[in-house]
Amino acid sequence: MSARETILGRLRQRLDGPLTPPVSDFAVMGGRGWSREERLRRFEAWITSVHGEVIHTPRADWTQALARVLADKGIRRLALGRAHPVAAEARAALAEAEVTLVDADRPVDAWREELFFQTEAGLTSTGGGVAETGSLWLWPTPDEPRLLSLVPPIHIAVLDAEAIEDTLFEAMERHDWAEGLPTNALLISGPSKTADIEQTLAYGVHGPRELVVLLRH
Amino acid sequence: MSLETPGVQTFRPQAFHRQAHDALGNPQIRANFRGAMDGLMGKRREAFADWELERLRELGASVRLRALAQLPTLLERLEANCQANGIRVHWAEDGEAACRLIRELCEARGAKAVIKGKSMVTEEMHLNAHLEAAGIEALESDLGEYLVQLNDQTPSHIIMPAIHLNTDEIADVMHDKTGIPRTRDVDAMTAAARAQLRERFMAADVGITGVNFAVAETGTLCLVENEGNGRMTTTVPPVHIAVTGIEKVVEQLRDVAPLYALLTRSATGQHATTYLNMISGPRKSDEQDGPEEVHLVLVDNGRSAIYQDDELLDTLRCIRCGACMNHCPVYTRVGGHSYGTTYPGPIGSILMPHLMGLEATKDLPTASSLCGACGEVCPVKIPIPDLLTRLRREAVGEGRGNVPGAGSKRTRTEAAAWKAWQWLATHPAAWRGAAGVAGRLGSLTPSRLGPWSDHRVAPKPARHSLHALIKRHRSTTDEEGQS
Amino acid sequence: MTPIKCYPPKPPRVYLFGTCLVDLFFPEAGLDAVRLLEREGIAVDFPEDQTCCGQPAYTSGYQDEARAVAAAQLDLFPEPWPIVVPSGSCGGMLRHHYPKLFAGTPLEAKANELAGRVFELTEFLVHVCHLELEDRGAPETVAMHTSCSARREMGLAETGPALLARLGRVTLVEQERAAECCGFGGTFAVRHPEVSAAMVEDKSRAIEAAGAERFVTSDCGCLMNIAGRLAHRDSSVEGEHIASYLWRRVGK
Repeated sequence: MSARETILGRLRQRLDGPLTPPVSDFAVMGGRGWSREERLRRFEAWITSVHGEVIHTPRADWTQALARVLADKGIRRLALGRAHPVAAEARAALAEAEVTLVDADRPVDAWREELFFQTEAGLTSTGGGVAETGSLWLWPTPDEPRLLSLVPPIHIAVLDAEAIEDTLFEAMERHDWAEGLPTNALLISGPSKTADIEQTLAYGVHGPRELVVLLRH
Repeated sequence: MSLETPGVQTFRPQAFHRQAHDALGNPQIRANFRGAMDGLMGKRREAFADWELERLRELGASVRLRALAQLPTLLERLEANCQANGIRVHWAEDGEAACRLIRELCEARGAKAVIKGKSMVTEEMHLNAHLEAAGIEALESDLGEYLVQLNDQTPSHIIMPAIHLNTDEIADVMHDKTGIPRTRDVDAMTAAARAQLRERFMAADVGITGVNFAVAETGTLCLVENEGNGRMTTTVPPVHIAVTGIEKVVEQLRDVAPLYALLTRSATGQHATTYLNMISGPRKSDEQDGPEEVHLVLVDNGRSAIYQDDELLDTLRCIRCGACMNHCPVYTRVGGHSYGTTYPGPIGSILMPHLMGLEATKDLPTASSLCGACGEVCPVKIPIPDLLTRLRREAVGEGRGNVPGAGSKRTRTEAAAWKAWQWLATHPAAWRGAAGVAGRLGSLTPSRLGPWSDHRVAPKPARHSLHALIKRHRSTTDEEGQS
Repeated sequence: MTPIKCYPPKPPRVYLFGTCLVDLFFPEAGLDAVRLLEREGIAVDFPEDQTCCGQPAYTSGYQDEARAVAAAQLDLFPEPWPIVVPSGSCGGMLRHHYPKLFAGTPLEAKANELAGRVFELTEFLVHVCHLELEDRGAPETVAMHTSCSARREMGLAETGPALLARLGRVTLVEQERAAECCGFGGTFAVRHPEVSAAMVEDKSRAIEAAGAERFVTSDCGCLMNIAGRLAHRDSSVEGEHIASYLWRRVGK
């Protein structure tokens, strides 16, 4: 008999007999009833409390805000996609800027060294945000692969204010995550961090040491 | 073959008393744990609002119980949905079978270097030692695990593996083992580890991680972490092998939301970790990154035996947050290594007897004052004190129990003593007589009561028992009533 | 979480379950509990045949022995009066563990009925007697140690301090990590003496550091442990059962 059959058999022939599944009441996971202002306030408070940075920008001018972030942080090599409107608008706006745009929409094996050791920042879109935990959710695509939000020291994420839900549970339900998750879905709350050395917080241990959210209104 | 990696400092549950004695006498260990646990308790307290805590715990418990109630069905559903997503699913009855399976998967790829994300189940099966014996290097990438591995040790906490080391000790480890200039600067040490491990991620043939929640409904593996090493491990190497105990399955994707909220807040007081990484398959043909192969290894290793019993079943609800150890006054004082088991603290004391047998672990269920702090904070409401009591019963029982090694702690002397106590406590006249004798002999009773009086004044039986005092009280109040 | 309990009005009669530790080592505390209740106009019935609730055997794994001893107690409280216990630990045994101990046995219903009318002493004084206290003692700074069973099993973290707060001349101070176990744990102190000693050392130091001249507790196990440690170090801080402390300051 295979291990699979043995294990399943043992579980099925349970000595104390079959179990009855209880019903779960998920009410506590939603129904916060926050106003738009409250939702935004909470999102910003939580994500900044874990070292994330929020920059508010009118939707129309967001690429100017991006350019300022790049200038302020001295970023000269920015990796980004191409097809997503966020990437397309950024490319158009930065065409004349003093920043090298690194194509992220190609097989990572082709530019691994460049990605790991030379790229200073990655720009990504987001699916939305979560106010209660100060989180972003990202579904990486061939245009914006998984490592774009992980490997460069600075992650710049573009988020629309109206895409923020109150809770993670509500984000999952409203966007029907269970109906079709991508190969990799991510919830990101702040930059990479560790407290493994005597509970002292340090940022950027494996992933980005900075997370900048361009919050578009 | 030996279960332990040569050179690694080993602790054994059989030596709990000696190991605890050593830890209690080590001011550095005492200070490191006390400080860390105080911090973690404070953070957890602040993380939950009063109105939600009990409702969330209730929901968390029901999610876990609902999954366990349908466990075999959900495992089959998980397998089918993972396979539909392109994840290959393997089953292992015990740790050794799982190690063999994982080694074979590595060998099939000609792997020489494995990078690991944090995984307690692979600690449980001593996977690193197994791989290294086969000539495959297994390197831990979680910073705490990396430091512990560099220091030839095992984790002392399931969430904070290097909590037993302070900054100075870690500075020594980083300097001695990786050759960086000695520094106490945490940012500098972290940056050094980042640089060292980046090379290793890129060079690794296989990434191995644990799983926090495996979603049957969608065939999704959820990994909860702060550092990003888990994302690196599951994205950079061409092969990802996820290893999990069979109990980690949940029914639906929505079940992840409450468990995630409970896990992060209970563990470290965080509202969310930096990353919740949800993996539903290998790289698709049009994707730019991600592993070409994803494997899921479902490990039983004693869990299906725990599953048989209605009371013991609750052990399997655990989501590995570590709150029980953070709040345990015993763990706080003796530290994680004293337990000599993969999982230390209260959860270890109710889980390890099933994995290692009660004979080896018989001192663990008694290493608790049953103060209830663990049960009070458990995010999925495992009645840990009741389970500790149950295992004590199994240990001294007559061997009919459901736990391996049941009855191994039974001694004739102790059993006879409890029988004698039973006789006395069910014969009230004799009890009162004994109390009277004890009271009269009060001044003659020894002033030393074994180890008790090494640290405390021994109590003396009162001259008159409560029975006697109340009798006298009654006669005086009756007299007063008559006069 | 302990379910919210509905408290009855003040009854004319109650039972006292004295507990074996009180019986043998701290009988005055038991008698003072009787005096406090009688002061409230409540007649106290002390069934003479009571011995021990069975907890030492229960937590040591000797369930059959514990059940036999517990069964002998079940018959001693036939009237539907409340059963007052001057200990959170024994109270917790009667209220929470008896129903489990007798589940599926012919005594199940009886155990459940009994469990439903068990009250820890401070709980009874606060929630049923609504005790008012006129403090006649000298000013004193006091720390309360609430036992883990009272605090967690019975959900009574507040009743002891609430009673002390009603004493006008007592300054109540809270020691650091007040909710942490003192390290008694019944047979734990015997099986793991060194760990237990480390715990009681921390607890006794915390009580001293809080500036308390005295500590008060509602459980004699903790009392024996903490006071025993303080005395061993020749500390000036003494311990007392809360029943005795209250009676001493208001009763005589």
